[in-house]
Amino acid sequence: MSDLNALTIAEARDLLRKGDVTSVALTEACAKVIDGAGRLNAFVHPTPDLALERARAADARIQAGDAPAMCGIPVGIKDLFCTEGVPSQAASGILGGFHPPYESTVTAQLRDAGAVMLGKLNMDEFAMGSSNETAVYGPAVNPWRVDDRDLTPGGSSGGSAAAVAADLCLAATGTDTGGSIRQPAAFTGTVGIKPTYGRCSRWGIVAFASSLDQAGPMTKTVRDAAIMLTAMSGHDPKDSTSADLPVPDFEAMLTGDIRGQKIGLPREYRMEGMPAEIEALWSRGAEMLRDAGAEIVDISLPHTKYALPAYYVIAPAEASSNLARYDGVRYGHRAALGPGEGITEMYEKTRAEGFGAEVQRRVMIGAYVLSAGFYDAYYNRARKVRTLIKRDFEEVFAKGIDAILTPATPSSAFGLGEMANADPVEMYLNDVFTVTVNLAGLPGISVPAGLDGKGLPLGLQLIGKPWEEGALLNTAQVLESAAGFVSKPQKWW
Amino acid sequence: MSEIDLETARKVAHLARIKVPDDNLPALAQDLSRILTFMEQLAEVDVEGVEPMTSVTPMRLKRRADGGSDGNIQDKVLANAPDAREGFFAVPKVVE
Repeated sequence: MSDLNALTIAEARDLLRKGDVTSVALTEACAKVIDGAGRLNAFVHPTPDLALERARAADARIQAGDAPAMCGIPVGIKDLFCTEGVPSQAASGILGGFHPPYESTVTAQLRDAGAVMLGKLNMDEFAMGSSNETAVYGPAVNPWRVDDRDLTPGGSSGGSAAAVAADLCLAATGTDTGGSIRQPAAFTGTVGIKPTYGRCSRWGIVAFASSLDQAGPMTKTVRDAAIMLTAMSGHDPKDSTSADLPVPDFEAMLTGDIRGQKIGLPREYRMEGMPAEIEALWSRGAEMLRDAGAEIVDISLPHTKYALPAYYVIAPAEASSNLARYDGVRYGHRAALGPGEGITEMYEKTRAEGFGAEVQRRVMIGAYVLSAGFYDAYYNRARKVRTLIKRDFEEVFAKGIDAILTPATPSSAFGLGEMANADPVEMYLNDVFTVTVNLAGLPGISVPAGLDGKGLPLGLQLIGKPWEEGALLNTAQVLESAAGFVSKPQKWW
Repeated sequence: MSEIDLETARKVAHLARIKVPDDNLPALAQDLSRILTFMEQLAEVDVEGVEPMTSVTPMRLKRRADGGSDGNIQDKVLANAPDAREGFFAVPKVVE
């Protein structure tokens, strides 16, 4: 048997049920490697004692014969999820010291299913970033490298991706507003799915852009993503946008049969200046699906080009509203005031001290596009363009397309600090293949599909129809098996 | 190219309730200008007759009874406050 921390969820579940391994042993194995992985800066608030307590309870439950699939499985939780009594600060200084007195619905569902939380994972501040470099904790580091440079694990769910790729946990939660699950999954050779908007409850997840945010699993295999997504999904009366639809057993939908499925390749995703390696990977992915019996169809999503600018109006607008609550009154940081300073200075100094540069930038952009005189020109226009972007997808699905194949990212992982002097807009280009999916509310999954010339992982993205995560995961698993990606980062940390 | 001048940058910072020292205003104005220029591509799109999106999934939001679902948790509500006194959040003097 391989090291316990290197197991997949499915393998660990089967061993737990057979009595060949205990949750305590799995949890101790993970806690040990987390201890030795400080260099990766993935776990920023480890909770080893709580984990052992939950592992013991899970073992008792498994012995009693009542064990859901996630029971006893050690997982990491992105710092964006509020976890009762455990620091939850969205990687922001403004939430320093915050201990939520409640548990987010998604983590409560995982906890109630018996999953064992190992601790909280690094991320970009308030999920705003594509490199994990905006975190108050400093960046998480990609376990993949090609020389002595530290590479980004991507963002915003960079800690989750690094932890899963380095086998510090069996799986992790992530969230995705513009690509924050799929881009880090692609950069680390892991699997990440953003489900349909409304599939997972947003309650208790620190809000960034409420009309775009969705939680999802980050795992080592597509099968694991199916198992974990089933446990995370479902209607929640506390989130009025969560869908009151039955949650299928996604794992049971992995038949391996995609014969007759129509897979669309959108011509607008063939970006100018796209690296030849990405283009070649994309073509290989299409061939693999064709060899498995799918029909490959060229399609057009004409408004693709406008997705990024629309996103960078809508997301900051919603963020400026959501982040208004961080005012130094009810929780988190409050700035010290000088003599004669009043409540306005308290707000302004607290937010200047508590928010990092990128968060400040986005909150201000949001305030600008929502301000009198600009609301129609920017915010309303962006929402109209969003309608058109969604319509593009509806039209191709109406023509019988079952799923869409695209690259996940425009490049492999880049070096930490490499984009430090870049224009903010250059960093935003990381999201070019992923934001459309959030704007249209669709499910999207990143699957590791190969290594680039430098030896770094690359991912392909599959986009599915609303509420059809089962079919999407099935296609993703076919792609996963055909690509046969089995590489693991060499341990250097 | 959208130009944000120093005065507009100062105004936006105040709208967002973020203190920006005067020395940092030129860099902020430049960043905001670049981002807004990027967004101006949206002006090319023909949006005549298009409804702005209000809900990405075609579903009616659930209604619930207009009542409390919890309560009597004052301690929990105040537990994370930077300054809580006598059962209230305390803030600097608001009215002279």
